[in-house]
Amino acid sequence: MMRFLPALTIAFALAIAAPAPAFAGPQPDEILEDEALERRARDISAGLRCLVCQNQSIDDSNAPLARDLRNLVRERLVAGYDDAQVEAFVVERYGEFVLLRPPVNMQTLILWGSPALVLGAGALGIFLAVRRRRSAARERVAPLTPEEQAALDEILARGERAER
Amino acid sequence: MLIEAGHFALALALGLSLVQFAVPLWGARTNDPVLMSVGGPVSVAVFLLVAFSFGVLTHAYMVSDFSVLNVYANSHSAKPMIYKITGVWGNHEGSMLLWILILALFGAMVGVARNSVPPKLRANTIAVQGAVTIAFLLFLLMTSNPFERLTPAPFEGQDLNPVLQDLGLAIHPPLLYIGYVGFSITFAFAMAALIEGKIDAVWARAVRPWTLAAWLFLTLGISMGSYWAYYELGWGGWWFWDPVENASLLPWILGTALIHSTVVMEKREALKVWTILLAILTFSLSLMGTFLVRSGVLTSVHAFAVDPDRGLFILVILVFFIGGSLALFAWRAPLLRQGGVFAPVSREGALVMNNLFLATACATVLIGTLYPLALEAVTGAKISVGAPFFNATFIPLMIPLLILVPFGQVLAWKRGDLAGVAQRLAAAALIAAFVTVLIYGFTYGGPVAAPLGVGLGVYLILGAFNEVVTRSWSPGVSLSVAARKARGLPRSTWGTVMAHAGVGLTVIGIAATAWSTERIVSMRLGDVADVGGGYEARLDSVAPRTGPNYIEDVARMTLFSGGREVGFVESAKRFYPVRAMPTTEAGIRTFGLSQVYVSVGEEQPDGSLGMRLYYKPLILLIWLGTVVMAIGAGISMTDRRFRVGAPVRSRNAPPTAAPAPAE
Repeated sequence: MMRFLPALTIAFALAIAAPAPAFAGPQPDEILEDEALERRARDISAGLRCLVCQNQSIDDSNAPLARDLRNLVRERLVAGYDDAQVEAFVVERYGEFVLLRPPVNMQTLILWGSPALVLGAGALGIFLAVRRRRSAARERVAPLTPEEQAALDEILARGERAER
Repeated sequence: MLIEAGHFALALALGLSLVQFAVPLWGARTNDPVLMSVGGPVSVAVFLLVAFSFGVLTHAYMVSDFSVLNVYANSHSAKPMIYKITGVWGNHEGSMLLWILILALFGAMVGVARNSVPPKLRANTIAVQGAVTIAFLLFLLMTSNPFERLTPAPFEGQDLNPVLQDLGLAIHPPLLYIGYVGFSITFAFAMAALIEGKIDAVWARAVRPWTLAAWLFLTLGISMGSYWAYYELGWGGWWFWDPVENASLLPWILGTALIHSTVVMEKREALKVWTILLAILTFSLSLMGTFLVRSGVLTSVHAFAVDPDRGLFILVILVFFIGGSLALFAWRAPLLRQGGVFAPVSREGALVMNNLFLATACATVLIGTLYPLALEAVTGAKISVGAPFFNATFIPLMIPLLILVPFGQVLAWKRGDLAGVAQRLAAAALIAAFVTVLIYGFTYGGPVAAPLGVGLGVYLILGAFNEVVTRSWSPGVSLSVAARKARGLPRSTWGTVMAHAGVGLTVIGIAATAWSTERIVSMRLGDVADVGGGYEARLDSVAPRTGPNYIEDVARMTLFSGGREVGFVESAKRFYPVRAMPTTEAGIRTFGLSQVYVSVGEEQPDGSLGMRLYYKPLILLIWLGTVVMAIGAGISMTDRRFRVGAPVRSRNAPPTAAPAPAE
């Protein structure tokens, strides 16, 4: 009926090399009947890396391996696994590399800690700079002598009278 | 012969950029006005030579001169003319030539701009720009010569990657490069200030239009790239946190911070050292982006060629400029005298918060992008850092920043009145809260974050215009007087208002993606499927078609809304025989700000056709918002104070400055 098939065969052959922009992600025949289960399958898939692609989740990819992984996820869900168990199952087979959201552990402490760390360090830096600037400004400006203060008060009072 | 002339022009440009670097720099050192004035004409000459060379390469593409290796490898005689031209920068060598062309263009523009830049600052700036030009011309000539010949010349070329055969390639890279490279001028100004050991409000005013211009183009470039990915990649995503996308986002974030910190420097002479550092880091991130993409450290569709020599060369450039500029910064920055003090609650304070959050966001994205590389290099462990990480860290950093934005616009300089400002903003916040509740009620059971996001966007837009109200109206002032006052507000104020309102629009568009629907179905001819959003689609036909350099199967669908026919979409599977590559062309139909998005899939075992149907409400706001942001930057650039010759302290000007002279 169509010329799609030869094109797709080549697409699959090339899938490892090129992020071929084609009809990507789950195919109609993969979709689960149970909508809630399918929703969970999609959510889990979006967090799993397509191992042969460049920075794509298996939910966005048309690579055969991604399809296999998607089916694996759905099989486990149908078998009654919860989300964490499915993820653990996939990680056990493919390693933590497969998780697009890296788990928090010793290796990723700096990664996950970086936003708070940078924000905190920046805030501290600003605080210290402001304090130093202020004390420096205070030192530079000598306080007024009593005579100067009296003269200033006099001028200000005159100004206020004039305004009225 | 012409090809060799183009090659030779590049070599000449290299020689002249040596002059552009050395002579004005020496002139500024010895206070010699003649030597300093050499910079202008020479920078123009360098630009003309590079432009000639670029023109020669473009001509070779247009006439399909396959005796040039670069043309042979990336073009095809049957390719439509527009893609022959855009193919010039659809490859490594050509895109680097475009990079240098823009670099030289900016140098020449500083060279001829007759605004209030003091001669010494101008001379040093042009010299630094010359130094960057030297480095990249050397890189091009030594590792990536676009004019390399091929003998015997083949009869036919290898064609361009089909993904790149799109109007997006005509627009996205030039815009992005103007933005990326535009920050080289800010960098050059910063280095010039350090060389001179002097920086003041005049500096800030001189730099501001260039920073705004670079930011404007980078904004449009990133946005265009995002829309291109959206319609070309075929599954309706618009941002993937791909390392290459991040590489362009990083200078954008810091550039945004830079625009805000130069305001403080210009008005209050504060944050000098920080602003200089930001200018250096912003361009360093542009360089790093170039390195990451061009070296193949991050392989992606953008990495046209992977060649370790090139990577090493760019790494050397990177280390030289980033290391050199930071060393100069460490040496000279203590010379810069700090300016005015300010209370924590003030316009300055708000802008410092802006810089804190933006710098943190930038660091987060940078660390997230490089962490897998670093971890693998250190421990050998392989991990992935993908979209879920960036969404979980970037978004929480943006929300407090966005809430602060309307406050920053109306807080007074030096010492602000937080309670008074909060009162001013109460109306905006209340309306936004009302909108949120209303939408929540209507979409009850749907995603909760979406109404909140829309509310935030509404608050940003109203908060942006609150500045106009605050500055032109107070109780008791008649509306006509207020309107006149509002018209008389400086252009830069209107620019701010537009840019911030644009952010609000984009936020609404992003929030609304939570309501988009997706249907994955298999259809036969005549089948009708629900798209979502009240739309239905009927598969009418699937027919082969022949394009200039591809063949395709086109699926045509009629769209219905409430039983009434409202249009059609065509989605195609294309096959490019020369590269043996398939692509999917999505079918998109726009209804107002929303879109129906159709992507055709493969034939199913039962003979039906796989289809993905999306309804994406308000999706266009994402890109429309960025266009509004860019317009804001453009309005700001035309502000009066950038055009007058003599540097006038704008804070001494009356609040309602004289109307701008007629254009």
